[in-house]
Amino acid sequence: MNMQEMIKRLQDFWSEQGCILCQPYDVEKGAGTLNPMTFLRSLGPEPWKAAYVEPSRRPADGRYGENPNRLYQHHQFQVILKPAPADIQEIYLNSLRALGVDPLQHDIRFVEDNWENPTFGAAGLGWEVWLDGMEVTQFTYFQQVGSLDVDPVSVELTYGLERLASYIQDKENVFELEWVPGVLYGDVFGQPEYEHSKYTFEISDPDWLFRQFDDFEREAKRALSENLVFPAYDFALKCSHTFNLLDARGAISVTERTGYIGRVRNLARKIARAYIEEREKLGFPLMNRKGGEENE
Amino acid sequence: MNKRDLLVEIGCEEIPARFVGDAVRQLGQKLADWLNEQRISYETYHTYATPRRLAVHVHGVAERQADLYEEVKGPAERIAKTPDGSWSKAAEGFARKQGVAVDDLVFKEIKGENYVFAKVHHEGADTVRQLQEGLPEVLQALHFPKTMRWQGRTRFIRPVRWLVCLFDDAVVPVEWAGLTAGRKTRGHRFLGHEIEITHAAEYVNALKQQYVLVDATERRELILQQLRQLQEQRGWVIPVDPGLLEEVTYLVEYPTALYGTFNEEFLTLPKEVLITTMREHQRYFPVEDADGHLLPYFVTVRNGDDRYLQTVVKGNEKVLRARLADARFFYEEDLKQPIGQAVAKLEQIVYQENLGSVGDRIRRMANLASAIGERLNLEQKELQQLSRAAQIAKFDLATQMVGEFPELEGFMGRTYARKAGEEEAVAEAIFEHHLPRFASDKLPQTKIGGILALADKLDAICSSFGIGIQPTGSQDPYGLRRKAAGIVQILLSPAYRSLSLDELLELSLEQLEQAGLLKQDRAGVKKDLTEFFSLRIKTVLQEEGIRYDVIDAVIASGISHPAEVLEKAGVLMDQLSRESFKQEVEGFTRVANLAAKADGAELNKEALTEPAEQALLRAFEEAEALWERAAEQKDPAALYSALAHMVPEIHRFFDEIMVMVDDPAVRFNRLALLAGIMRLTRRFASFEYLVFA
Repeated sequence: MNMQEMIKRLQDFWSEQGCILCQPYDVEKGAGTLNPMTFLRSLGPEPWKAAYVEPSRRPADGRYGENPNRLYQHHQFQVILKPAPADIQEIYLNSLRALGVDPLQHDIRFVEDNWENPTFGAAGLGWEVWLDGMEVTQFTYFQQVGSLDVDPVSVELTYGLERLASYIQDKENVFELEWVPGVLYGDVFGQPEYEHSKYTFEISDPDWLFRQFDDFEREAKRALSENLVFPAYDFALKCSHTFNLLDARGAISVTERTGYIGRVRNLARKIARAYIEEREKLGFPLMNRKGGEENE
Repeated sequence: MNKRDLLVEIGCEEIPARFVGDAVRQLGQKLADWLNEQRISYETYHTYATPRRLAVHVHGVAERQADLYEEVKGPAERIAKTPDGSWSKAAEGFARKQGVAVDDLVFKEIKGENYVFAKVHHEGADTVRQLQEGLPEVLQALHFPKTMRWQGRTRFIRPVRWLVCLFDDAVVPVEWAGLTAGRKTRGHRFLGHEIEITHAAEYVNALKQQYVLVDATERRELILQQLRQLQEQRGWVIPVDPGLLEEVTYLVEYPTALYGTFNEEFLTLPKEVLITTMREHQRYFPVEDADGHLLPYFVTVRNGDDRYLQTVVKGNEKVLRARLADARFFYEEDLKQPIGQAVAKLEQIVYQENLGSVGDRIRRMANLASAIGERLNLEQKELQQLSRAAQIAKFDLATQMVGEFPELEGFMGRTYARKAGEEEAVAEAIFEHHLPRFASDKLPQTKIGGILALADKLDAICSSFGIGIQPTGSQDPYGLRRKAAGIVQILLSPAYRSLSLDELLELSLEQLEQAGLLKQDRAGVKKDLTEFFSLRIKTVLQEEGIRYDVIDAVIASGISHPAEVLEKAGVLMDQLSRESFKQEVEGFTRVANLAAKADGAELNKEALTEPAEQALLRAFEEAEALWERAAEQKDPAALYSALAHMVPEIHRFFDEIMVMVDDPAVRFNRLALLAGIMRLTRRFASFEYLVFA
C-alpha cells in the first residue's frame, strides 16, 4: 500500500467516524497538535471531531536527507475527538484493520507514554502504540492545553505516517517509500530535506530570526488585544517555529532558552483563555448539535 | 453463617506496567482493611492483575457484618437521677436516643463518679448493602503517582471501562467512575471476547479460556519457563533483568516468548549499549553464550499466542535494525568528537535554571575535589589525575549516546575516555563518580573515583539547598536523598573516615556563596543540610539494627564523622546488655540535667574543697586523659570506658554534695564542674535519650 493510499484509507475511515476532514494548516508547526483545529478546538465545552494530515517541521531533526529515519519535515495523520468516546481504543484498532493490519497476525501493545509540549502548556496521558515493536501512533488523552485543564477531555491520535508506511511497505529507508506508483518519497521530499537542513544549520540569519521572534510576539499580543484569537495564535506558531530554527542553529544560549519558551507559553495561555471567552460570547455554537452527541 | 466469595474487577485501558503491581497490592490491602473496619469477616484474599485489569477475590466472606455490642456513656448519676431517685429527663432522653429502655441503663464508676451506660446492640447489615455503599470509596482510594480524567470527575491511572462485582453468583451493582458493576468482563483484546462470569470463583478459569492469565505469578513463571526452554533448545544463556521481567509480565495478558536475530556487525558496539538499546527501547532480553559474550539474538515476549509468529519476529527485527543503526551512528559520531570539544559544549547545557550550566558545575566540583584530595594527602600524580578527571567528568553529557540513553552516563564517559587515550585512573573515575547509583550499588573502588563522587554529590545537594530546593515527603526529583546516602556510605569506608562531613559542607557552601548561588541564608542552609544528613545517617543506623533511642543519643553528638557515629552506636548497643549500664546512664543524665543551669560559669578548681568534689574533679581529669588516648587509638569502646571511669565519683558527688546551695559562687562552681563533665559525655552521646524498660 503506497503513502497516498494509506492517507486515503485513514481519511475514509475517520470520515465514517464523523470527523471533519480538515486540511493541513498553512503556518509552520512542529506537530499536528498545534494546528488550531486541535489546539484551540480542544478547549472549552464544545464537541469536536476532526482528522487531517499535518506536515510537521522539526528543524533540529534535519539530516540533509541522508539519514534513513530522521527528517526536517515528517507527516502526521492527526485525529482529535472531543469528548473521547468510551470505545476509542477499539475504534483505533479498526483504523489499523482499514490499513490492512490484522491485530491477530501482529503484536499490538499500548505502552505508557505521557506526552507534553511545555512550550504550549499542553500535556496528556496515554500510550505509544507498538506494532510488532514499532511505535506507529501516539495515543493521548489531553489533560491540559494552553496551561488550562480541559473539560471535556479530548483524545488525540497521531499516526506517524512515514513509520507506518515503512512498516507496511517493508522499507528501511524513508526516501524509498512509494508515494504513488513510480514516485518515491525521496522524489517528492529529498530536495526540500537537503535544502531546509542546509538553510537551518548553515544559512539562516540568527539576527534576523531574533528580530522576527520579537515582531511575531508583538503582533500576537496586538491581535489578542483586539480579541482576534486565530490571528494571534498564528503569530504564536510563528514564534514557536522561529524559536525552533534558532535553537537548531545553536543560537540560543542556555540562559535565554527558558525565557523564550516561557514567552511562547505565555502567549499560548492567553490565547487559550481568549478562545474560550470568544466562543462563549458566540454562545458555544457547536453545543447540542446532533452530530456531536453521537459518541457520548 | 454462610460464607461467600467476593470478586471485584476494575477493567481499564492499558495501565502503565510499572504501576500495576503496586496498584493491585493496594486494592487487596484496602479492601481487606475496609472489610475489617466493617466487621465483615473473611478467610483469605488473592489479587490478580494484568495491564487491563486489577482484581481481588476474597474467599469466605460473611454474608452479614458481625453484630456490634457497645456500651455508650451517658450523663452522670447525679444528673440522671432526680433527688427522689427516679429517672431524670436527661436520662430518659439519653435512653431514647440510644434505643434502649431506661430500666436497661446501668451504672459504672469512672474516676470516682457514677455514670449511666446504655448497652447498645447494633445488628450487622448485609454485606451486599455495605459493599454497595462502601466499595466506591475503596476503589477511589487507590493511589497513583499520576492520575488522569477521561470523562466526568473521576481520576484514575487510566480510563476505567468496566466493573465486575460478584458475591458468589450475584451481581453487586456498585456504582463508580460512571459505571455500574456487573458480571461482564473482557477477554484478551484480540484473542478473546466479552464474557459473563457466572460465579466469583470462576474468575480465573473463565478468563483463561479467553486468553487472559490473570495471575501475575503464573504469567511470570510462564515467561521464565519459555525463556528456559529457549535456552535449552538453543544452548543460550538469557540473563533476566528482574525489573524487565516484572515490566514484561505486566505488559501482556497472554505471554509468548519469541526470538529474532540482528546483524553480527553490531556486536562491535559496547555490550551495554546493545543491551540498553534492546531493553529501554524494545523491552527485549539479550542473549549470551556460556562465556557471557553477547550473541546476535534477542528475545521478546508477545501479548498473544504463537500464530503468525514469523510476522511478529520480522517486524521486531526490522525495528531493532533501525535502533541499532541509530546506536552505531551515535557511537561513531561520538568517537569523532574530541573530549575537549564535548567539555566546551557543557557550557551550553543547563544544569539547573538557577545554578547555571554544567560547565559551571564541573568547576565547582573540581575545586571541591582538589580540596578533598589535599585533605587525603594525595600524591602529586594522583592530584593531577584527579584534576583531569574532574575537568572531563561530565563530558559524556554532550555525547549523542547519553542524549539517547541517559542511564549510560558515566559508562559511555569511561568507554570514550579510554578510546581517546586518557589514563585508566581518569577513565575509571569518570564512571565511578556516579557511584553508588542506588541503594545496593557498589561504591567507588578507586580513590580518585571516590573523591570525585563526594564532590559531585556534595555540590548537587548543597547547591540545590542553596536555592531553596529540598526533598519533601515523596518528592525528591533530583534524587538528593540517594546522593546524600551515597556520601554517607563513602564516608563510612576507611579510606575516607578522616574527612569531616561538616567541613565538606562548609567547603561547598563557601564556594556557592562566592559564586552568588546561595539564595538563602547560609546558616539556615547549613542547619537544613545537617538535619538532612542526620536523617540519612539515621537510616544507615536503622539498617544496622540499632535501637531508635541509641540512634537519637549518638546523632545528637554530631554527625561530622559518620563512621564514628556508627561505631559509638555499636558500643552503646553492646553496653545495653550490661547490668550496670543503666546506673551509669543515670549518672550522666543527672549531670546533664543540672549542667544545663551552669549558664556558662567558669570552673575554679581551687574553690572545690569538699572531698567528693575533689574526687570528681580528679576522675574528670583522668577521664579526659583516657579519652584523648582512646581517640588517638580510634578505639570507640575505650572512649566509652573513659566516661564510665567517672561514674562512681559522679554518684558519690550527688550523694554527698548539695549543688544548689544559696551561695552563688559555690553553686556556680559546682555547676561549672558538671558542665565540663557534660561536655565530655556529649562528645560521645546525649545519654538522656536512652530509654530503659
